[in-house]
Amino acid sequence: MEAHRELIRIEGVTKRFGHLVAVDTVSTTIRENEFFALLGPSGCGKTTLLRLLAGFEAPDAGRLLLDGRDLVGMRPYRRPLNMMFQSYALFPHMTVFDNIAYGLRQERTGRDEIERRVNEVLALVQLGGFGRRRPHQLSGGERQRVALARALVKRPQVLLLDEPLAALDRKLRVEMQLELKRLQHTVGITFLIVTHDQEEALVMADRVAVMDRGRILQVASPDELYEAPGSRFVASFIGESNIFAGRLRIAGDAVTLVGERGTWHVAPAAPGHAGLADGAAAAIVVRPERLRLAPAGARASLEDPGAGGGLVNRVDGVLSDVAYLGSTRKYVVELRDGTRALARVQVGQRGDDLAPGTPVGATWAVEHGVLIADETASPASPGA
Amino acid sequence: MRARLLDPGRWLGAHLGLVLLFLYLPIAVLIVLSFNESGLPTAWTGFSTRWYESVVVNEKILGAAAITIVIAAVSTLIATAIGTLLALGLERLTNNALLDGLVFVPGIIPDIVLAIALLSFYNLVFTGLLGLKLGLWSVIVAHVVFNITFVTAIVRTRLRHFDISIEEASLDLGANEVTTFRKITLPVILPGVIAAALVAFTLSVDEFVVAFFTAGTTITFPIQVYSMIRFGVTPEINAIATVVVVVSFVLVLASQRLNPEQV
Repeated sequence: MEAHRELIRIEGVTKRFGHLVAVDTVSTTIRENEFFALLGPSGCGKTTLLRLLAGFEAPDAGRLLLDGRDLVGMRPYRRPLNMMFQSYALFPHMTVFDNIAYGLRQERTGRDEIERRVNEVLALVQLGGFGRRRPHQLSGGERQRVALARALVKRPQVLLLDEPLAALDRKLRVEMQLELKRLQHTVGITFLIVTHDQEEALVMADRVAVMDRGRILQVASPDELYEAPGSRFVASFIGESNIFAGRLRIAGDAVTLVGERGTWHVAPAAPGHAGLADGAAAAIVVRPERLRLAPAGARASLEDPGAGGGLVNRVDGVLSDVAYLGSTRKYVVELRDGTRALARVQVGQRGDDLAPGTPVGATWAVEHGVLIADETASPASPGA
Repeated sequence: MRARLLDPGRWLGAHLGLVLLFLYLPIAVLIVLSFNESGLPTAWTGFSTRWYESVVVNEKILGAAAITIVIAAVSTLIATAIGTLLALGLERLTNNALLDGLVFVPGIIPDIVLAIALLSFYNLVFTGLLGLKLGLWSVIVAHVVFNITFVTAIVRTRLRHFDISIEEASLDLGANEVTTFRKITLPVILPGVIAAALVAFTLSVDEFVVAFFTAGTTITFPIQVYSMIRFGVTPEINAIATVVVVVSFVLVLASQRLNPEQV
């Protein structure tokens, strides 16, 4: 699983449909045995990228290399990758066995070997004994497994999965996330999955490429995406976040962000800081679980948040909503300027006793704020 | 009692019954008469199958029936092949109302117009320029013309629910385009194709006007019946008509079973 050899190289790939640029000069690499996710909202180009790899679409520019071989121009049936379709695309007129054997039969595999390998893969997806059923006799979850088995049986170098769990109900979906991950370990095949569901990507993937409007914004591990988002889009798309925007002011060692809502300290080691110059449009991202709440009258509780008793940032507002989420409670704070901040507090911990209507101060330790470039800001003159 | 009289279900049922009676009473009379010993529509003299027996030995009728079956079978085969491919092309590659209309018109313009058009065309091109005589082939071609329309329309209803990703799945699993058509596309739409063929066959079997104009000296079954009927309805014709009704009914039922969505 730790083999890091590069398997797929996508080089400057562009695909247009009429005036729409579905995939816009995308470049990235996918490693051998990796569970790689393409994550983004619908219409971001992730499925098109998958279909380009499968060979159902041809790129307008760029190269798609698999193991050093260019796939462009190669018919889909000659490519050593298999795809699991969002609709499952099971052949309705064939039994489960024949569906799965279809790919092997195209290779003129011997009868006994087909029998053996189909049964093997049926067992792998826990559908032993289902061989003689027809697709319409199966539940959604069973169909999903057949589709998976059919794509796996040829032992492709890469398995492409197009929203494989989208059609399942929530409980089954969560089960299958772990199941797919287990399966990927078992078979040792590179999985490339397309999904719009960030939870799915974070749970399953080793690395995630976040896409928006035809471009890849960031490729990183799930932790890194959550802890150190590289852009405002990624920060707001992955998980919940509080985003405080402004202009960066660098005066020697003192780095601050000057926004309309206030001035905040920026940690010297904040990831992303290095790339930004004085006056750049930037934002601080604070995850809800990093935000501490205290009644406005009380002194901002300084003893807890900073590890070394460091600097603390603060915004003031009124608590407007509280939602119980099981182990945590979500607090919504209406800030003075009408925007909202989210805090997530462990149930029963300090700060978990506030009632809606209470004026509160929300604080975070400087090192918990992630500095990012604010690509959504208008390029106005610096210095707000 | 009042409540039952006002029950809309009862009135709907009665309405349905009346409509069916209106549609089928003449046919029922025909079928009954075909078993009438005397053969006269005026008096029932007893049950008999003698008219069927006399049809079976009538060589003119049998010969015409054979010709009609040949015409129907050949035109159905050709029209089904062309119509199915046309349906695939129209459904997959085009989105053009004018084109759809152009394909459908030959099926719905009055037969007499199509018949005259075909006759003029045949006379001009085939008999005029090539010196060919009208006959079996020209009826077959004429029937192919309107049957393509119906085959295309029926197969398209089937294709509208066709999940194109199963073809992509087939390509993805290593089958080329030809294998994909043979193993995936055709088997999945086959019920629709067979239903279309059955309808085409039925239409061809009892088609009169177009055949009459384009058959030359060939005598098809409907033309034979027409020539017999000119001297009055003979009981034999009742028997023949009954057979045709039964066969048509069976074919239509079979077609609907295969393709439940077709109108």
